[in-house]
Amino acid sequence: MSATTLPASLATTPSPAKWLRFDPDRTVHLSVGKVEIGQGIMTALAQIAAEELDVPLDTIRLLAGDTDLAPDEGSTTSSLSIEVGGASLRLVGAEVRARMIARLAQRLNCAPADITVADGAFLRAGVPTGQDYWSVAPEVDLVRPADGATAPKPIAEYRLVGRSAPRRDLPAKISGAAFIQDLVRPDLLHARMLRQPFRGARLAALDEAAIRRAAGGELRILRHGNFVALLSANETVAHRAAAAAPTHAQWENVRRLTPAQQEAAWLVGQPSDDREIGDPGPAAAGTVVEARYSRPYIAHASIGPSCALAENRDGHLSVWSHTQGVYPLRAALARVLDRRPETISVHHAQGAGCYGHNGADDAALDAAVVATLVPDRCIRVQWRREEEFGFEPLGSAMAISLRAVLDPAGKPIDWTAEIWSGSHVQRPAMGGNLLGHEALPVPAPDPRPTDPSEAAGGGGTRNAIPHYAIAARRVLHHLVPGAPVRTSALRGLGAVANVFALESFMDELAARAGVDPVTYRLSLLDGRPRAAGVIARAATMAGWVRRGPGGDGHGWGIGFAQYKNRSAYAAVVAEVEVEREVRLRRVWCAADAGLVVNPDGMRNQLEGGILQAASFTLKEQITFGETGVSSLDWETYPILRFSEVPEEIACDLIDAPEERALGVGECTLGPTAAAIGNAVAHALGVRIRDMPFTRERIAAVLLG
Amino acid sequence: MRIDFTVNGTAAQVAVDPTTPLLDVLRNELDLKGARYGCGLEQCGACMVLVDNEPVFACGREVGTIAGRHVATVESLAGHPLHQAFLDEQAGQCGYCLAGILISAKALLDRTPSPTRAEVVAALDKHLCRCGTQYRIIRAVERAAALLAHGEVR
Ligand code: FES
Ligand code: FES
Repeated sequence: MSATTLPASLATTPSPAKWLRFDPDRTVHLSVGKVEIGQGIMTALAQIAAEELDVPLDTIRLLAGDTDLAPDEGSTTSSLSIEVGGASLRLVGAEVRARMIARLAQRLNCAPADITVADGAFLRAGVPTGQDYWSVAPEVDLVRPADGATAPKPIAEYRLVGRSAPRRDLPAKISGAAFIQDLVRPDLLHARMLRQPFRGARLAALDEAAIRRAAGGELRILRHGNFVALLSANETVAHRAAAAAPTHAQWENVRRLTPAQQEAAWLVGQPSDDREIGDPGPAAAGTVVEARYSRPYIAHASIGPSCALAENRDGHLSVWSHTQGVYPLRAALARVLDRRPETISVHHAQGAGCYGHNGADDAALDAAVVATLVPDRCIRVQWRREEEFGFEPLGSAMAISLRAVLDPAGKPIDWTAEIWSGSHVQRPAMGGNLLGHEALPVPAPDPRPTDPSEAAGGGGTRNAIPHYAIAARRVLHHLVPGAPVRTSALRGLGAVANVFALESFMDELAARAGVDPVTYRLSLLDGRPRAAGVIARAATMAGWVRRGPGGDGHGWGIGFAQYKNRSAYAAVVAEVEVEREVRLRRVWCAADAGLVVNPDGMRNQLEGGILQAASFTLKEQITFGETGVSSLDWETYPILRFSEVPEEIACDLIDAPEERALGVGECTLGPTAAAIGNAVAHALGVRIRDMPFTRERIAAVLLG
Repeated sequence: MRIDFTVNGTAAQVAVDPTTPLLDVLRNELDLKGARYGCGLEQCGACMVLVDNEPVFACGREVGTIAGRHVATVESLAGHPLHQAFLDEQAGQCGYCLAGILISAKALLDRTPSPTRAEVVAALDKHLCRCGTQYRIIRAVERAAALLAHGEVR
């Protein structure tokens, strides 16, 4: 491997010393830039490192996400942590092992090939040398950059990677303190925010006396432009103040929303940045079929609202955050606060699952701004539930029109997806703002919504191009910069709605052709064996042959995608019963993610993706009131409950050890949404093309 | 105001406004971080604790009302078969919801040592899990019941 093809993380930080060191207590201290967001990545990375070094798994200690101490691996996004972070660690481990062996071979005057490693100890021709990593390490230069030239261990020799390893972080999480919300530091001052309703709004009046009465204790009200924080040493006091504050604040220049804007259909026809990707037109001649699909705005809706700590002491700002990327956050904070990045440290601390870009980074800025104004205290910002729903960036609504030209056999020969969507990534480094910045005396400029490039997997266009063998495939993408709410990355980005649409449409086309949906798909997957493999496996697992004619309230449906058209393959079969509402009975999934690092961890991720997608598909829609989001709690934004979980979920991993290891956090979402959509259509004999499949929507369909 | 109660078998005494949520008292006065803030609205279950063996939302319960009562938090479950069962099933993703769920599961198993699946689901239905770990959690509770039945209480 040449230096130019190093995985991104290793290219940025080529010195092995920055990744690992051997500590005197016979542990290996690993520093990584990818962070735990509930996906189990720490466990998988420990397995990879232990494997390459041949040390016991329990000798690995991990430090993740720290601008002082860990490599810069950007953000933990797009299911890339295994693919990029894991690949880097593998090369680092191989390099360190080789340098250690070379040094020892020199000392023992033997060939490096004579030396092997077992449990961290070196053997020469199978005989213990009395030396191990810890004894040799002081003589080895680990600072010199790695060039990726050392061949990693052959996969056939793996003994840790490929076996299930228990999650390292789970014991703490089931017994007590484990999260950023649980951090306690000296001089703690609790902060809650009074939020500016939307950028441009001006605080005209604030009834501070009324807020103090509601607080019922010592309270400091910090106003800085339109940025307002409520501070107290007593958390209950700060919380009560914040709960009361919105009714005692008068804002001017507040943008107004209409109910129509909460629907995806509103995006169609808005001013947009347009582009065309894929095969040029004109479309081929033949029978034309068209349909329009949609999904609404969806919340990340983390179970633990965003939290951050910050302290400004002696000119240095330390921030604790559950951000997905400590270095990008530090850069953004430096810009907003007009400080040099070196004067800021960002330390990752685990939060509840975020599933993308939620309020984590915004809370970090809130804390950093307060800490800047109130130095020498540790400022702890905790967002309220209503604040999380009201102000986190949302997954964008999308409207998708699909148009296929069919050949005489009813197979598509030309495919056009026309997409209307808000941005899918508005992180600060991509044209977005940290929320509090818009309320500061010198407010942020208006955001400049963009979308990830096609090279990065696309945003609104993600998975819009079908994986199937169709002669011409194109996408017309309308990025609507004036989406009425802030939108950014939510698990799967545009892939969830695009796969829902395209796989629903595939079923509609199969039905038109009078062909079974699985057979129809397989007939379009010539030369795509991994895709065909997962579809066939999922169908077998589900006993697809039992699928009846449908229309009797009992339905089966399938959905498939290769995530980003370049990552993991997943096929999902759903079985539903539909009476007044949709009841998801069983789900089967087959996934091919190349080399599997931690099989049980991977199944856990697949199951989580399936259930979250079921929740999106069956239940979720953000609603708007006059001045902003109006679904501000779990009653107005219901998600899947225990009583709605299917009685069986089975996930099979296709064994493909010779293929690149891929992440699976996002690959099941689109296929699950589509499988449910197709199962409901099968059950009812009528197609529903708009998410979510609520009781009201089912009723509307049943009443015709 | 001074309020006396028992937490995890130990006497506790706090001097706070009696309308303070029990959740804030546990977390900030007694440094027990297992019960978590999720909504403060009695809608998610992240804050669940036992008061006299009944699961209650600590976010919505004023501490003044628990004077003289027995509170149990997830910190008291060390060694309970539920712990082993959750680890055996690897029933967790981010884990934020788990402490509250373990509490409801404990209350269920105390009352109904061999619950049916429907009983497990009913006992946990007031809890939300955004990561989609419910399927594993249900299995973990069933496994804990089986461990209990086999007398494997450590
Ligand atoms: S925090 Fe108490 S129910 Fe959500
Ligand atoms: S495991 Fe994350 S909310 Fe349940």
